[in-house]
Amino acid sequence: MKVVILGCGRSGASLAVQLSSLGHTVTVIERSPESLRRLGKSYPCRIVLGNGLDLDTLERADVANCDAFFAMTRGDNTNLMAAQIVKRNFKVERVAVKVADPLRSEAYRRLGLFTINAAALISGMCRDWLLNAEFQPVDTYNVNAMEIEV
Amino acid sequence: MSMYIIIVGGGNVGIQLAKRLIARNNEVLVLEKDVRQAQKLGNLIGDQHILYGDGCDILIQKEAGFKRADIVVSVTGEDEDNLICCQLAKEVWDVKRVVARVNDPSHEEIFREIGIDDTVSSTGIIFSLIDQQIASDELIPIGHLHRGHVEVVESLLSEKSPLIGQAVRDITLPQGSFIVYIFRGGTGQQVNGDTEFQPGDMVVAMVPTARAEELRTVFADVS
Repeated sequence: MKVVILGCGRSGASLAVQLSSLGHTVTVIERSPESLRRLGKSYPCRIVLGNGLDLDTLERADVANCDAFFAMTRGDNTNLMAAQIVKRNFKVERVAVKVADPLRSEAYRRLGLFTINAAALISGMCRDWLLNAEFQPVDTYNVNAMEIEV
Repeated sequence: MSMYIIIVGGGNVGIQLAKRLIARNNEVLVLEKDVRQAQKLGNLIGDQHILYGDGCDILIQKEAGFKRADIVVSVTGEDEDNLICCQLAKEVWDVKRVVARVNDPSHEEIFREIGIDDTVSSTGIIFSLIDQQIASDELIPIGHLHRGHVEVVESLLSEKSPLIGQAVRDITLPQGSFIVYIFRGGTGQQVNGDTEFQPGDMVVAMVPTARAEELRTVFADVS
């Protein structure tokens, strides 16, 4: 598959390396060249340097022709905006968004984005591990305790 | 009528806006996520008008009273923050009117598609002011009406314009659009069917936004 990953932090870089080694065609968008060291000595993927909210940058990464897009920067708002641009303007259907804030993650999940929240995922998996319960689908983990009343 | 207006981002834009709105007896709250800037603003416009916190954080939004806000205005320097703040205001808190500052003009369309009709782009405004000086026969947007559904545009006619020598009644305009005004020789002129276009005319027109492209072809220099 052709995959575009926005953000070469720990999770973005790790995903890029894993998917590349499985033979998928990976493009990483990253604005700081220093972060690319996380990919290891021989880059397993294509690099596009630039701002992921910039339409030109997304075009250079050929987002329109990818099978999946991952928004993995450390900025929740950057990820949420990039994901919506990619869905609406580039008509990509499989879009996953890393969101650090559990409430924002939940709010956008309700709006139809596939959001992944580390706090919800880690706490839920620790719970399931302790109770010897089966791990659940990724998008069912959420931080119930912080449910807001609107 | 006094309103409850929440301003997200206490930079220059936010603070000037807050001052004016407070002077008009509105209830105003500015959200600022930098603690030192928040303190500075408190001294400037009064602590009761400042809340320290991230305007995109739903818990802060709850504390600020987004639920009862009449208007939420997001004017930080980051488009992604302004977009998410306004989107959450609409979708989570059902705020009726949201206004966003857009720094990158190419993002305006995204904001509109997501349902944020009221956007302000200083980059866009400054660019069109400069562009007005140099471009002929191009349609320059100078404003929006009816929440962006109607565009007010102007165009400086060159000698090569296909409109030169034609009367207003002889040209075919897109449905729903019309010429409202012509500036000629430094003065504004009313327009009627007999008015003939001349080089150097600054023509002001109104057009439904969906048909702006059609109008563009009427004004375009096709040579």
